[in-house]
Amino acid sequence: MTPATRLGPDLAALDTALAGLARLFDAAGYQAVSPPHLFAAELMLDLYGEDIRSRAFLFPGGGGDEVCLRPDFTVPVVLAHGEGGWARPARYAYQGPVFRRQAEGSRRPVEYIQAGVENLGAADPAAAEAEVLALILEGLRAIGASAPKVTTGDLGIVFGLLDALDMPAGRRARLRRHLWRPARFHALVSEAVAGGPPPTSRRTALIAAVAAPDPLARIERLAATEGEILGLREIEDIAERAAALAEAAAEPPMPAAQAELIEAVLAVTGPAAEALLRLRDLTASAGVDLGRQLDAFARRLDAMAARGLDAGAMAFDADFGRNLEYYDGFVFEVTAADPALPLAGGGRYDSMTARLGARPEVPAFGAMIRPEAVLAMRGAG
Amino acid sequence: MAALTLGLPSKGRLMEATIAWFAERGIAIRRSGSGREYAAIAEGVDGLEVVMLAAGEIPRELDRGRIHLGVTGEDLIREKIAGWESRVRIPARMGFGHADLVVAVPAWWVDVETMADLDAACAQFRARHGTALRIGTKYHVLTRAFFRLKGVADYRIVDSQGATEAGPKNQSFEALVDITSSGETLSANHLRVLADGLILQSEACLCLSLAAEWGADATAARGRLGAKLGLALG
Repeated sequence: MTPATRLGPDLAALDTALAGLARLFDAAGYQAVSPPHLFAAELMLDLYGEDIRSRAFLFPGGGGDEVCLRPDFTVPVVLAHGEGGWARPARYAYQGPVFRRQAEGSRRPVEYIQAGVENLGAADPAAAEAEVLALILEGLRAIGASAPKVTTGDLGIVFGLLDALDMPAGRRARLRRHLWRPARFHALVSEAVAGGPPPTSRRTALIAAVAAPDPLARIERLAATEGEILGLREIEDIAERAAALAEAAAEPPMPAAQAELIEAVLAVTGPAAEALLRLRDLTASAGVDLGRQLDAFARRLDAMAARGLDAGAMAFDADFGRNLEYYDGFVFEVTAADPALPLAGGGRYDSMTARLGARPEVPAFGAMIRPEAVLAMRGAG
Repeated sequence: MAALTLGLPSKGRLMEATIAWFAERGIAIRRSGSGREYAAIAEGVDGLEVVMLAAGEIPRELDRGRIHLGVTGEDLIREKIAGWESRVRIPARMGFGHADLVVAVPAWWVDVETMADLDAACAQFRARHGTALRIGTKYHVLTRAFFRLKGVADYRIVDSQGATEAGPKNQSFEALVDITSSGETLSANHLRVLADGLILQSEACLCLSLAAEWGADATAARGRLGAKLGLALG
């Protein structure tokens, strides 16, 4: 739905909240940054694929190129940072409207204000996460959000688990690639254990061709019997995929215990301190070394406690964040009565910095508050 | 004064089949005046007015509530009306205008049989060619929804309003989403439908606009039309 025009006492309350957040972020050492509302659509299409069109507003900008109304601040802020060189720590604060397409009938707004921060290049990632979470919670308190609910997760744990488990490289790559699509991921795990559907005769012939003396010629003959060889994709492309398919077909089944461990780790929920213990138990009894990720989890809890947060009691859900596109580590969301309209949220997105040009990727953690949701909650409460 | 407006396709086989469908049910529809006139006369139901419209415009007119009822393909309803379930109802599938909306790839792509294969081919295409694999179609909305459902993300839609099946050969795009009735055009162009690439089995539908004004006269005329057609239009 489209937001109402802001005026009168509502506008004054919003301005007061935004000014308060700006002062708070400034005092914490976050430099104000104001990216443009519009940027090249090409960038978003490359990052998110065609589906971004159903979530953001893309339109002709004149001169043939499409432009995108910013759906968030992270991409433009991180790009602006990169232009000045990636290898330096930086703290940025921003505020302003973002624009999101919503499904017909959705109660989510198509335009709303975000006030947030990005913390880039921090030497101690756990400390940066605690710093930002504490800052966001302080900001929420400052603008009147009372007793909100914090949910946390950590996608670094399941990524770390996939790396630590003994499995064929192709299977690992497939599982990593589909981690953000839970249904597909679970189907891949079940298929790895039980075997997929029986191959078609086309697939059987293609896999046999890989082992032939001259696979490329053999695959080209197979292809030519099906139709004229046309288009931009090349026979070498198909030979490369055929080799990967042959490798996948030769993979041993995933041991049931491994699949159970993956599902058990993803199913861990509860207060963070208990979740950490449970994750240590699960991985230790399976003989899997997840020390680095779980130690990072523990350091984060310590860093949060040092900032006065009741970290051990915070809700943790290992599955949380898998629908949030680009996050690859610690994630959190703050909600009040209505879980569909969060008050704040954020997460770690190190790997996205590489997709935006950082070499190597840099530690990146960001979070934002939705002041209008807080004010609406205050009004309703 | 007409109480109930019915929008019908104004030309081609779809128009002929629609007029025949109503004739079989005792409603005679005649084009009024010269062939250029986009009005028609319906006999058999009091208060029913027929307007002839381009088939592609009927979904929009239903969505805006400017006609009470309309005949168009289910593919166009789903493509052109955002949140169509809350905008129109489909009281009758009419048994003609059958067409499948499908995902098709060059037949020689022997490694691509399913949408999951296409997803892998998209990732590989970007890695090897440096750009997103392109899908040619005029069904942008249905394509995006289906690809999302199947977990295919890294592709680009290229708008193609006609002769879509020639696109891969012309290197305008690599694969396509299009309507097919027999599959002959696709195979003649060396294309193959993916095993799980059926997006929609479409046919002509009698649609009812939920956005139109349903006053007492319109509702009464709808009741008379429903009785004649043997359909619950309410």
